[in-house]
Amino acid sequence: MTAPATSRVRAPSPAQLLGALETVRDPELDEPITALGFVASATVSVAGDVQVRLRLPTYFCAPNFAYLMVADAYDAVTALPGVHRAEVVLDEHFASDAINGGVAAQAGFAKSFDGEAVGELHQLRADFLRKAVMAGTDQVCRPLVAAGADPARLRTLTLGELPPSRPLDRLRQRRAELGLPAGDDAMLLIEPATGAPVPADAVPLHLRKARITRVSLDTNGSICRGMLRHRYNLPAVPQKPEGEEEQQ
Amino acid sequence: MYEKNGEKYFVVDSHMHFWNAAPDNWVPGAEQYAKGWIECFHAYQGLGPPETHWSIEHFQKYSEDDLMKDVFEDGHVDVAIFQPTDLKEWYKEGFNTTERNAVMGRRHPGKFIYNTNFDPRDSDAGLEELKRNVAEYGSTGVKLYTAEWNNGSRGYKLSDPAAYRYLEAAQNLGIKNVHVHKGPTIWPLDKDAFDVSDIDHCATDFPELNFIIEHVGLPRIEDFCFMATQEPNVYAGLSVVIGGLMYARPKFFAKVMGELLFWVGEDKMTFGSDYGIWEPKWQVEGFVDWEMPDDPDLSDYPRLNTDGKKKILGLNAAKLYGIEVPAEYQLKNGGTPGAQEVLGQPADAHAASGA
Repeated sequence: MTAPATSRVRAPSPAQLLGALETVRDPELDEPITALGFVASATVSVAGDVQVRLRLPTYFCAPNFAYLMVADAYDAVTALPGVHRAEVVLDEHFASDAINGGVAAQAGFAKSFDGEAVGELHQLRADFLRKAVMAGTDQVCRPLVAAGADPARLRTLTLGELPPSRPLDRLRQRRAELGLPAGDDAMLLIEPATGAPVPADAVPLHLRKARITRVSLDTNGSICRGMLRHRYNLPAVPQKPEGEEEQQ
Repeated sequence: MYEKNGEKYFVVDSHMHFWNAAPDNWVPGAEQYAKGWIECFHAYQGLGPPETHWSIEHFQKYSEDDLMKDVFEDGHVDVAIFQPTDLKEWYKEGFNTTERNAVMGRRHPGKFIYNTNFDPRDSDAGLEELKRNVAEYGSTGVKLYTAEWNNGSRGYKLSDPAAYRYLEAAQNLGIKNVHVHKGPTIWPLDKDAFDVSDIDHCATDFPELNFIIEHVGLPRIEDFCFMATQEPNVYAGLSVVIGGLMYARPKFFAKVMGELLFWVGEDKMTFGSDYGIWEPKWQVEGFVDWEMPDDPDLSDYPRLNTDGKKKILGLNAAKLYGIEVPAEYQLKNGGTPGAQEVLGQPADAHAASGA
């Protein structure tokens, strides 16, 4: 095979490879696939050949989200300088063949699941980013509420007025991905579907919705970790780095 | 029944199974799906206490004696409601059919209620079968699994016209309770299979049917709660919530319970062990002992008292299914369970306080 221009660049290190995979999130859980334990193995040869194997908590995890993770992992890895060839494979899933073949061929979701899907997954991804924005809103708001901020106060706050924090960075990033206002002058409380500020009388309900969305995402992540641990007989899957403390 | 600290609990296990998922029942050519399905269930059991875990062989096919011991003798259950799941594309005789449940259950009169099921993609023949099942097994409830594979189709929405036709027919046959279980696949696959908005439409259009959403719509608890708040005839089935979280993730269990108590309310929550995934014994005992932890993070959730636990563990489901409950198990202070009467009037629309 004719060596492409990138072959003169040194192959990425294993740490760089993992760094690339860390940017890939489970779109449903809004967590990196590395933190979830979904990366079974990732290797890179001196020639820049990358092999990544992904695994999921069950044989029947939703195929659309599974496809997004494999496709995103492929994109993240092939964007690394020095990668000559990349193979990303999902193991032991009912739709492994369709997903692995489709991603390798860069076929897109609808073609990979010919006749079973009518469109690509942009809408699905955006729907779940909106959930991530709601969950992130709770993460940012709860410390403010604990410090005495009432709904009327929260409604007037802009992102630039908030103390720096990782949850705030994350919220800005998710909002930016959706094309929602994310700069210093953007309001903290916005409708994730439109970006419009939340009306005063809707703030308490908005905060409740943000909270349950976060509870839901965190709970799902926790169940997925438990299932993965059982499925692959793992001693422990790393828990979420920030946020919930488990009692056990 | 279960008794603790002088309080007596009537226990209705409103979601349980008697399946055969052993290799002798796998459809040739579909073995990987049959195996994958039961292994997935088995992984859920891993979220329960270690001393209640079964070997995969036992889990694939447990006996009638196992069930009677685990559910009634040890598990405190008074009445159990069988929820069938056919999965005939993967299991030769079906995974857990109405017939299999009834053949076994009829040897134990008074212990079981036989729900049946339907698949809107089965057209007229399916309607005939539904009619036969209701006549044969006296079913007043159905269990619907919207992600079931059927002749190349990977699932359906409950708002599809074909589903409405079946719901109408079911209602005319005397079905009152519709248990819905969402799964990972649906046509088209680019949509979220776990989305519950189709049930929202049904609940509005069939106000005399009760919709019990199993495992509270997990993994879409938030969508389920927003919907349940607006629909008086939508209930939260707690299968998986208690079994999957109470032991393994107590803090998440408290939060999910807090959210359900806030959005849905204790009058509309029903216990289901999901047996054989989890044995009811530790779930019933643990739930009676459970209290919302004293934690500032949980301080604004509603509390659950003994009466609330009695409703959730049995009285609500008893009302949905018209099960007679002896006086000693009724609420002491004259309170009545809030579940919509089996034949009666829709309950007052529940509005989330403060929402």
